[in-house]
Amino acid sequence: MDLHLTDAQATAEERAAVDSELGAPESGWQGGQRQSGETRAASNGDAPGRRHRLLPVLHAIHNGIGWISPGALNYVSLRLDVAPAEVYGVASFYGMFSLQPRPPVVGHVCDDIACVTRGSEKVCAELEGKLGPAGSPCSGGRAIWLRSQCLGLCERAPAALVTSAGKKSQERVLAHASADAVQSLINNAVRGRLPAEPDVLNLQASVPQAVQKSEPSPLRLLRRIAQGGASTPEGYQRLGGYEGLRKALALGPEGTLRELSASKLLGRGGAAFPIAKKWEALFLQRNALQKNPDRKHYVICNADESEPGTFKDRILMEGDPFAVVEGMTIGGFVTGAPQGYVYLRGEYPLAAKRMQEAIQSAKESGLLGDNILGSGLQFDIEIRRGAGAYICGEETALFNSIEGYRGEPRNKPPFPTQSGLFRQPTAINNVETLVNVPGIIREGGAAYAKLGTNNSAGTRLFCLSGHVARPGVYEVAMGTTLSRLIDLAGGVAGSVRLQAVLLGGAAGTFVGPQELDTALTFEATRAIGATLGSGVVMLFDDTVDLRQILLRIASFFRHETCGQCVPCRVGVVRQQEALQRLVDAEPLGSSTQEIALLREMAQAMRDASICGLGQTAASALESALQRWSLFS
Amino acid sequence: MILLWGSNARETHPIFFHHLLKGVRNGAEFYVVDPRHTSSASWANLWLGLDVGSDISLANAVGREIIAAGLANQEFIRHATSGFEAYKKHVEKYTLERAERETGVPAEAIRRMAQAYARAPRAQICWTLGITEHHNAVDNVVALINLALLTGHVGRYGSGVNPLRGQNNVQGGGDMGAIPDRLTGFQHVENDSLRAKFEKAWGVKIQPKRGWHLSDMFEAMDHGHLTTLYVLGENPADSEADRHQALKRLGGLEFLLVQDLFYTKTAELADVVLPAAAGAFESEGTVTSSERRVQRVRRTVPPPAGVRDDLEIIFDLARRLGHDWGTPDPEAIWNELRALSPMHGGMSYRRLEEMDGIQWPCYDESHPGEMFLHGRLWSEPLIGPRAPFSMVEFEPPVDQLDEQYPIRLTTGRRLDDYNTGVQTREYSSPLRRKEALDVSPEDGQQYKLREGETVRVTSRRGSLMAPVRFDPGLRPGLAFLSVHAHDQVATNELTIDAVDPKSGTSEFKATAIRIEKV
Amino acid sequence: MLDAPQPTIPLPRGPVPHAPPQPGRRSIELKIDGKSVSVAEGSTILDAAKKLGIDTPTLCFLESLTPVNVCRVCVVELEGSRTLVPACSRKVEPNMSIKTDSERVRLSRRLVLEFLASSVDLSTAPEMQEYIERYAANPERFGPAAATVAQPVKIDNDLYVRDYSKCVLCYKCVEACGVDAQNTFAIAVAGRGFSAHIATEFDAPLPDSACVYCGNCIGVCPTGALMFKSEYDMRRAGTWDERRQTQTDTICPYCGVGCDLTVHQQDGQIVRVTSPLDHSVTHGNLCIKGRFGWQFVQIQPAGKQEE
Repeated sequence: MDLHLTDAQATAEERAAVDSELGAPESGWQGGQRQSGETRAASNGDAPGRRHRLLPVLHAIHNGIGWISPGALNYVSLRLDVAPAEVYGVASFYGMFSLQPRPPVVGHVCDDIACVTRGSEKVCAELEGKLGPAGSPCSGGRAIWLRSQCLGLCERAPAALVTSAGKKSQERVLAHASADAVQSLINNAVRGRLPAEPDVLNLQASVPQAVQKSEPSPLRLLRRIAQGGASTPEGYQRLGGYEGLRKALALGPEGTLRELSASKLLGRGGAAFPIAKKWEALFLQRNALQKNPDRKHYVICNADESEPGTFKDRILMEGDPFAVVEGMTIGGFVTGAPQGYVYLRGEYPLAAKRMQEAIQSAKESGLLGDNILGSGLQFDIEIRRGAGAYICGEETALFNSIEGYRGEPRNKPPFPTQSGLFRQPTAINNVETLVNVPGIIREGGAAYAKLGTNNSAGTRLFCLSGHVARPGVYEVAMGTTLSRLIDLAGGVAGSVRLQAVLLGGAAGTFVGPQELDTALTFEATRAIGATLGSGVVMLFDDTVDLRQILLRIASFFRHETCGQCVPCRVGVVRQQEALQRLVDAEPLGSSTQEIALLREMAQAMRDASICGLGQTAASALESALQRWSLFS
Repeated sequence: MILLWGSNARETHPIFFHHLLKGVRNGAEFYVVDPRHTSSASWANLWLGLDVGSDISLANAVGREIIAAGLANQEFIRHATSGFEAYKKHVEKYTLERAERETGVPAEAIRRMAQAYARAPRAQICWTLGITEHHNAVDNVVALINLALLTGHVGRYGSGVNPLRGQNNVQGGGDMGAIPDRLTGFQHVENDSLRAKFEKAWGVKIQPKRGWHLSDMFEAMDHGHLTTLYVLGENPADSEADRHQALKRLGGLEFLLVQDLFYTKTAELADVVLPAAAGAFESEGTVTSSERRVQRVRRTVPPPAGVRDDLEIIFDLARRLGHDWGTPDPEAIWNELRALSPMHGGMSYRRLEEMDGIQWPCYDESHPGEMFLHGRLWSEPLIGPRAPFSMVEFEPPVDQLDEQYPIRLTTGRRLDDYNTGVQTREYSSPLRRKEALDVSPEDGQQYKLREGETVRVTSRRGSLMAPVRFDPGLRPGLAFLSVHAHDQVATNELTIDAVDPKSGTSEFKATAIRIEKV
Repeated sequence: MLDAPQPTIPLPRGPVPHAPPQPGRRSIELKIDGKSVSVAEGSTILDAAKKLGIDTPTLCFLESLTPVNVCRVCVVELEGSRTLVPACSRKVEPNMSIKTDSERVRLSRRLVLEFLASSVDLSTAPEMQEYIERYAANPERFGPAAATVAQPVKIDNDLYVRDYSKCVLCYKCVEACGVDAQNTFAIAVAGRGFSAHIATEFDAPLPDSACVYCGNCIGVCPTGALMFKSEYDMRRAGTWDERRQTQTDTICPYCGVGCDLTVHQQDGQIVRVTSPLDHSVTHGNLCIKGRFGWQFVQIQPAGKQEE
């Protein structure tokens, strides 16, 4: 297109960062040194095909420089043939990117609801004393620390993440975090002395069932992790890996679909949609695929786990990455998709590293690529990292994000299986869902369906955090009661007197101590007006001021709404304002009036918002208002 | 497939370009032929940056490649054209290698364009002044028409050859008979029966032979054959090529009458100036757009005191010359025209209004107008004459480059301005920058220039001072000036009045210049 | 600057050309507010409602733009759907049953209007004022401290003014600047959430941006956030009076494309130029010359005569 750029020029470092992602520019028209032949003919026909590189390129600049300058943005614009205003619109959408000069080292300290139960406010207060207020430069201007939303490290709360931009960019997780440890990590980062590994998966801390001897039922999803995991394809296969894919190849796509259908596996990302239906929808479109060379199917693993309190997918990717690869490969086989994407949360450095390593070694071992297991199956996987936008976990927002647009959800219909990534039929599944697949195929769908209850088959991962004795990810058969699950995790911690349990995260619902008998199934939770959501089980003892927790959740949504539709964009602001007035005991009119207003807003947001974010932004608040008199 | 040849429609026809981009987004392939890598070219699947004035070599090579690749539409050629064998023989020598030598465009790019054009289910060629402002303008046009005939990309929906008209009523002017050999509705003045029809209606004798075109008139001034000139809404003192000579000619007239909205450079030379109303905003009538759409213009605001409508002025002049035509009534005049010009017959004011304009021909009030022309070429049996292939040879621009004048200057418009700028300079465009000579960054470096630095620009006819600006859309050896700001940079001091004998257009697009530091 | 004349015409009369026939669309029957209606496949609920004479409020919808369905003021209740659906973009399906004025619909529409009116200056959006009355919306209920998008007006060029205090973020300007018309992409939505706003790159002033001043964004702006400088100046001077204005269509005096200009005049002066959305040439769009290049017919610049 006819780009019009400002005079700002990229520095050599910024160009190098972009080129590290895209390769050197092909011509002067794309920002390179121009050669004489180019002034006689030039082709820009492939320009539309370059846009999807935008997010990776922005990451490259951010990792290399620490912020995105006008000059760097201009160079991206030239390289990708995307107007600078559009690049700006996309870059400014993501919380991780800074469009103002920022020191290369950034300490993100979580102050979200799980961490707050474990002392994050103390950490932040001490850091203010040591480093100055959040957001202001420290360590001689080479670093900055920021308060952060949930980092998905809730089992090790309070948590922090330090990132360091530069030629060799690095990330390091710190959990449990203390102010001293954060300060020392930041100082080390400034001196270029971060450890090589971004984190270590500690079974004791994160997967307590793996080290508990009194395990009641055998682990399925966590089995290999409990067995020490596998870092090579060979190791993975020794632990039963790729038996699912081999069997799927033998069964054929239809046979594989039959097993999936028999398993009654429902999606584990929150929406509980049958995976067999999604895959079948693509399978049924395979004829159109042959007729039209422009058509392509995609398989996507939604690994943008950002629901506060959720960390199960992170642990699966860190501990059993080949299972994700195998699940997706079976998906590629069934749906006829030659290409898969893992959209992985930006704040998950270890998961990204493990997944990248797994994909690489799978390629080298013939488990991805043109002739998988010698069967002629062609399938490849690319990782795309998110950049700090909760909304990108919404499937259509995720498509836009991969395509290089702002991560704003699309209206549905059309549904992804008809028009998804690049407007092509797309099967998108959550990590846990996909990790279920190889086992289901290996052992047969019927065997799986016998686990759990009639309407909620199989086992399920739950993320226990907050005031619980042994936080971590737990796998139990669906139908296990909430109290049994809490017992498994050692019971209530803190004051030991349970006040509330948040199920399903910020978009979920609170339940009270009297509801602990509830079976953890889709149907039983629905019956009490609750949800399993993404498997969050966050406990709050009676010392917690629930009003503050509600306010923190409201602030979360105010921060994370994409801003596209009016009910959500303004609704979450008005909700937070009203809640603040109630917490401050300065209601407009009376508290009753404020609560009525909140309920009206909640209905409009639920009814009229485009996507799940707005539709559930009042859900936790409503559940709390229903159960407790917090404001009288 | 859309082939834009010698046009920067993105800036000169912005709303047309919206339609074009809609096509591109719907999957149309888009090719641009232009010496400059323009804002239009930056959208193209492939841009071909030929040497200024080498269009015929390129077009003939494309024709040869289409034939050689077996992609000529033999059925259409047999059915509706004449002269194919001669054309085939004629273009035989325009090999890709030769074309690469003459145009500077890599042979592979030419081959790719030829194949894309010929293979497309629908394709059209659109051009603007890059084709017509040359000493061999008409030859350039027929070289492109040959390609449409060769592939059958004419007379069908979505196909065709399409000159993008640069002015809101340049098409209408021609339709009305403001060309040397035609009466209204393109009826030939040398055709006795057609002429008789007009003579009968008007009660006067009409000269039975063609008149002069613009350049003929200016030449006639030199020989004293033309001594009186009536100029309506033109500014030849700024717009004619080789301005120095044009001013001399206008200055030598016995009587110059100028009718205009503005006190233009030409008006300054006039004996009498008649202030006229603005056609598009202050008068009633019709104009005809590039797509042959006749549309109504209306008085939207009253003209200032003392300023009169063109019709009123002409009626008054007629009265003074002894012909009382009564009071001007635009609709009555239009209806008179409809009675004489069959292709306008069905275009009543009422229908023009209801249908948002009508594309000619529109023969009667039940006729919808025609969205494209030449459909007759596809009818069985063929209606009317066969469409002829034409044999045209490449001839480089008249103003040749040499050691003294090593840089090729080409001219054109910018988005926010129009022609000599008399209308557009009245509004404050944030895009408008001081007029400057655009050169390639490489030339800037070679001549050791800074952006904004004033240089001397000299052609074989004149010389001027202008600031320079670097434009990566230009290659080394190619420079660009607009024609909008003669008060700042009198571009036509430099240009050559090498005229196409068939159209009367000067070779504004190709001037040899040198650039000197001052 | 004459174009070359056409070669030999008149040509013999041939058959009248036609566009190739479009594939036939089947008719879909659905129920709206208890009444049956049939519309062509591919139509929206909004189209069907219009056919029944139901007046559905819209804000971000415009015939000439791709529906973005972000304002949600057109939501309706679709039987079997968990949430309300946007009428402007939801395609009809056989046997849909729709309510356009149920309690749920009215509540959501009212809240949407209250959300907007409490955060955005709607003083130059008369249509919104009508909706606010129709749905008895009360934007005051969020109190005086409710966050707004108020900010200083941006005047950085002589042609048009941007007052984003009046922006409802309907995306229309972005669409008109982008794929739906101009394809310049000088502006995009930047930021996120309540801070999302229309911006050039790094919020640079327009003259530093890619803006080509076609003004197609002004043409589609529903709230007066984008306004001709002439109109802005007259409004400030208190001389803007639409009752004294007339609109006359003519054809642009510049290039040969034949764009229809709707000239708005007040007291013999041109005060603004638009183009009809349903015109086959422009679809409501113009270029800088068509939209702003009329100053040469003014005796005095618009908006200045009273000063």
